[in-house]
Amino acid sequence: MVREQRDFLWIPTFAVLVAFAVPWPLWGVDLIVAGLPVWIWWHIAWLGLCTLLFTRFVRSGAWERGMGLHASSSPAAESASEPFGRGDEP
Amino acid sequence: MTLGLSLGVVVGYLVIALAVGLVAYRVSETTAEDYYLANRSIGTAVLLFTTFATLLSAFTFFGGPNLAFAAGPEWLIVMGTLDGVLFAVLWYAIGYKQWLIGDRHGYVTLGEMLGDRFGSTGLRALVASVSLLWLFPYVMLQQMGAGEALVGLTGGAVPYWGGAALVTAFMILYVVLAGMRGVAWTDTIQGLFMLSVVWIAAVWIVSAVGGVGAATGAMLEARPEFGSFGGGLYSPGFIVSTAITIAFGVTMFPQINQRFFVADSGETLKRSFALWPVLVLLLFVPAFMIGAWAAGMPVDVPDGANVLPVVLSEYTPAWFAALVVAGAMAAMMSSSDSMLLSGSSYFTRDLYRPLINADASERREAWLARIGVAAFALAAFVASLFRPGTLIEVGDTAFSGFALLALPVICALYWPRTTRSGMIAGVLVPQVAYLAVVLSAVASAVPTLPRTVAGGWDVALGLMVLSAVLTVGVSLVTAPTAESDASRFAVAGD
Repeated sequence: MVREQRDFLWIPTFAVLVAFAVPWPLWGVDLIVAGLPVWIWWHIAWLGLCTLLFTRFVRSGAWERGMGLHASSSPAAESASEPFGRGDEP
Repeated sequence: MTLGLSLGVVVGYLVIALAVGLVAYRVSETTAEDYYLANRSIGTAVLLFTTFATLLSAFTFFGGPNLAFAAGPEWLIVMGTLDGVLFAVLWYAIGYKQWLIGDRHGYVTLGEMLGDRFGSTGLRALVASVSLLWLFPYVMLQQMGAGEALVGLTGGAVPYWGGAALVTAFMILYVVLAGMRGVAWTDTIQGLFMLSVVWIAAVWIVSAVGGVGAATGAMLEARPEFGSFGGGLYSPGFIVSTAITIAFGVTMFPQINQRFFVADSGETLKRSFALWPVLVLLLFVPAFMIGAWAAGMPVDVPDGANVLPVVLSEYTPAWFAALVVAGAMAAMMSSSDSMLLSGSSYFTRDLYRPLINADASERREAWLARIGVAAFALAAFVASLFRPGTLIEVGDTAFSGFALLALPVICALYWPRTTRSGMIAGVLVPQVAYLAVVLSAVASAVPTLPRTVAGGWDVALGLMVLSAVLTVGVSLVTAPTAESDASRFAVAGD
């Protein structure tokens, strides 16, 4: 049930990932880099970044905590968030 | 000679798909859960590709390159954003939550899940009916695409109706024999096949025209505006509303939504989620760039023809062009297979069983599902003969119709205070309004209502907002009914 404070950072992170998958800052830019318009490179790089951050989201255990579950895949994160540790139980 | 070769490649594919389906049928049990969900035992690679392949339809494979050819490569950005990023986030927010709930209570359909939570057969039937309504044009879209593909491939030797009919017959045969397990396995083969083929096609074409730089240079010479981001069709309103309506719509598609129930474990969903943006990019970049580059190639694309086959037959051998068209047909087939299968489960479980015959045996239900598939596919086939719009127009209508379901569903999943009346108002009112907009375009007696306002903003986006406002607003002023049970959607704690 424990949701770490910093897990909430994933909400704005996802919002930024979605919003800027469209290269808004390059609106109207027609520069060609390595054979393709530069805004296509932005998009390709951005989706690569998405995969990296999504992997991080999953590995950190925030995937389960976001739904109010215990993170089964990362015992380190779980014990860190439970000060009394389960090891004491018989 | 070429005709025989082309048809041979396509028919060869159909035979392989049928063989895989039959093998899957052999290993399957005949319970409803196995027929629809392969006993919730689909692993990462299969889940990833089965979802991937069902997203890829005539809409992506022919419609996408056509749009990039006509209006510029920005379509890559729109589809990449909605499919690669926004859909992935919804995959978690809607998909994982639904998997957790479905795993606890054994739900097979969206309507069943909502009907049980709100203790309402009416809501269950409403969600199923709305889904079947918008599924119809989308199945039709695949038949239209398949008919046009075979016309293109055989130079008109196989007429439009013949191609559409062949695909319809094969779809029915396949779904009736194999169920979800068969569909999932052919989807995996098709997904891998298409990814490989489209990359080979891109490399082949690009090297024939002298490299990526030369292809882009020729494109800019013919259409200088393709180089700068935005402009023309691609207004901010168009980009934002297309991305949002399609991404939310996709999550409510029966065949996609049912995928949220089939994973064998949460791990499977997690791995698929993280790989999603890259997988999407791998397919869209070559497919849509070929369409955009074609603007600068010395090819003649006849009115209403698909760009991709034209470019392929110009730069690659006939057997390879046939192989790519077979890949596109594969995508359309798997989309249709999955849609028909999911549609039939919506019909039997959410409409027939609760409303008509609650005591139907599983055997009877399984047979009814098969008859339902045949009837639905045949009706869609007949409608496809009238060709009521372009692939993109028909597809977009269906996506938006589904998108109107998404916000009420998210509300139900995350807000325990949601009431039955709130859900019914939030689903029904926007659907009626949108249906009026869509039908006003085909009915001659009434004035056509606008589909977009103020520079490309889709009316459906406004109706999505309305659906959320109604769901929340009506829920706040009504009390939960005695039959509803918010704890059904609780997933925390054991």
